[in-house]
Amino acid sequence: MNVWLNFLIDSLAFGATFIYGSTGEILTEKAGHLNLGIPGIMCMGGAGGCLMLNLIGKSGLPAFLIVLLGILSALLMSMLMGLLYSFLCVTLRANQNVTGLALTTFGVGLMKVIMSRMDATIYLVGPKMLYRWPFAGRQDSLQCLGVMFFMAILIALLSSYVLFRTKVGLHLRAVGENPATADAVGINVTRYKYLATCIGSGIAGLGGFYYIIDYMASQEAYLSLEAFGWLSIALVIFALWRPHLTIIGSTVFGFLFSASSFITNISWIHVTMAMKPILKMLPYVVTVIVLVISSIRNKRENQPPQSLGLPYFREER
Amino acid sequence: MAHASEAREPLLHLSKRPPIHPVKAWLIRLAALALGLLVCGLAAFLLIDKLKSNPERIGAFYYTFIKGSFSTSRKLWKFLKNLSILLCIALALTPSFRMRFWNTGAEGQTLVGVLGCIAVDFYLGGKIPEWLLLILMLIAALASSAVWALIPALFKARWNTNETLFTLMMNYVATFLVSYFLVIWVSNGSSSLPKLKTGKLPTVGNDYLLIILIVLLLAIGLYIYLNYSKHGYEISVVGESVRTAQYVGINVKKVIIRTMGLNGLLCGLAGYLIGAGLDQSVTINSVGGQGFTAIMVAWLAGFNPLVMIITAGLIQLLNQGAAQISQDFNVSGAFPDVIVGIILFFIIGCEFFINYQIHFRGKAAQERGIAK
Repeated sequence: MNVWLNFLIDSLAFGATFIYGSTGEILTEKAGHLNLGIPGIMCMGGAGGCLMLNLIGKSGLPAFLIVLLGILSALLMSMLMGLLYSFLCVTLRANQNVTGLALTTFGVGLMKVIMSRMDATIYLVGPKMLYRWPFAGRQDSLQCLGVMFFMAILIALLSSYVLFRTKVGLHLRAVGENPATADAVGINVTRYKYLATCIGSGIAGLGGFYYIIDYMASQEAYLSLEAFGWLSIALVIFALWRPHLTIIGSTVFGFLFSASSFITNISWIHVTMAMKPILKMLPYVVTVIVLVISSIRNKRENQPPQSLGLPYFREER
Repeated sequence: MAHASEAREPLLHLSKRPPIHPVKAWLIRLAALALGLLVCGLAAFLLIDKLKSNPERIGAFYYTFIKGSFSTSRKLWKFLKNLSILLCIALALTPSFRMRFWNTGAEGQTLVGVLGCIAVDFYLGGKIPEWLLLILMLIAALASSAVWALIPALFKARWNTNETLFTLMMNYVATFLVSYFLVIWVSNGSSSLPKLKTGKLPTVGNDYLLIILIVLLLAIGLYIYLNYSKHGYEISVVGESVRTAQYVGINVKKVIIRTMGLNGLLCGLAGYLIGAGLDQSVTINSVGGQGFTAIMVAWLAGFNPLVMIITAGLIQLLNQGAAQISQDFNVSGAFPDVIVGIILFFIIGCEFFINYQIHFRGKAAQERGIAK
């Protein structure tokens, strides 16, 4: 039974990467922006945090300050990426798909260039234990849950609260559903789009940082990060655009993704090599099925925001 | 609330521009490209140590862009080959994009094409005559890609399922499908399929010329299809407005399915050119992200198949040039992505200045004064 508990905790910890990524993407999508740049933004968030740790990793600052500065730096870098996206898509009204893909190309590339120039003994080896507070050093599987894991859960719950229980959230959803109507009732569409995209990008960037510094905590982690950015976009659909559901969804995704390596530890399940890719395919297949079912049922609250992907220009009818 | 009772004139005011002269539009794009290259130079200073220590090598930096694609005839042919494959995928996407069906799944659609054609080669290679094998491989590539493209199309047509997200997910299903077959086919567990000895397209002149000619013909053919045929017209109408299309009696569902079928077939052709024309093998990186790059190529060209030859060339030039730079200046192999990203930002941004006009506060008042 212990194997299953370890497995669950590991899935939760892995899933936090997707909680960040998809909560960020949900905020952006609720403002009507399908941000395909999320993988690039997550990568740059990771690079931003590691750049800071590269500076202060061995400086002997108090532990909480190192943790905080790393997180802030990741936040700042990914919000800059979000700002670039918003400038192109909101102010310059560029095509969202193309801008997002360009952002991903740029972000993933730049992160790889930056990370390959840094010294893992400085940014990773010392700081990684600090991020595992308060469970660092424990022998059981709880040791992989750190500050940033709990932060992910909090952010997801808080985002859901803001989106569905406050006036700001109502306005934001109005902007995503029908910007012209929102504009007509006096909501500042541009400001909402900018803020949602930048904050969303910041949250997503934390996911990249978490994955590199905490969950994987390895020198090669950054090479596999892009794939999880795309998986975060999938999770948005799976969670039906509700941040709190990403907590469950991400655990399921984490479970399926690492199932192939975990199941080999369990004697009564026989896994052939060929089953591994199939297991890894499942999150995407399940996402497609959810997307199809929700479009067939056609319930309004489970649909993508109505103006998703469309630029808004006030003077266009 | 206490806000000013009279409306304040905003500092900037935007309006849609009437279509501007094509020459002027291209001048704006060239200016954006030049600015982008300038920023690339700045980025290079920050990221390349060799350049930081000898700033005078910046000339060599820009020269390497050209050198990467044109310095030897081998590089030139490689440039033309890569351009053709990228162009072929971009062409495949064009019909669906003109219909405003945002297909982000070209990567997967092409990959299953490669998979289908290599599957036939793997099982039948050497057992049947080569010419028959090549034909069967083509059919398999076309069919598997068409199926991959038709699945999202059917759901879009029947239940209006979001096509961008659907096709995006299908990319990853395709990737893992390939790794599944690789595990089954390769018995030693390495999951890399050695180059097969059969199923290679005949060479005309050199290894690449046939591929280049096929794609060039395709570009011209597609241009005619989209601009001078009834099908092409229907695609444009559905893209402009589904309601107008219904009003004039176009069967929208049929057009969506037919167009995505065509999209799939052309992706299958690209997969065939990769599988039978070049690699005789398949990996999860057979398409290598070109399915996504092709989206940008098609968009930059305004979905015009002939202009796409230029935009695909530009992207390929940047890619190959920057790859040469990362080799000559000893930086990470991801450097080309940074360069392409920066240039794309500038080109994407400059479309705004082609489509919109900016009026400043003072000037707008003046114009109104004249109107009165």
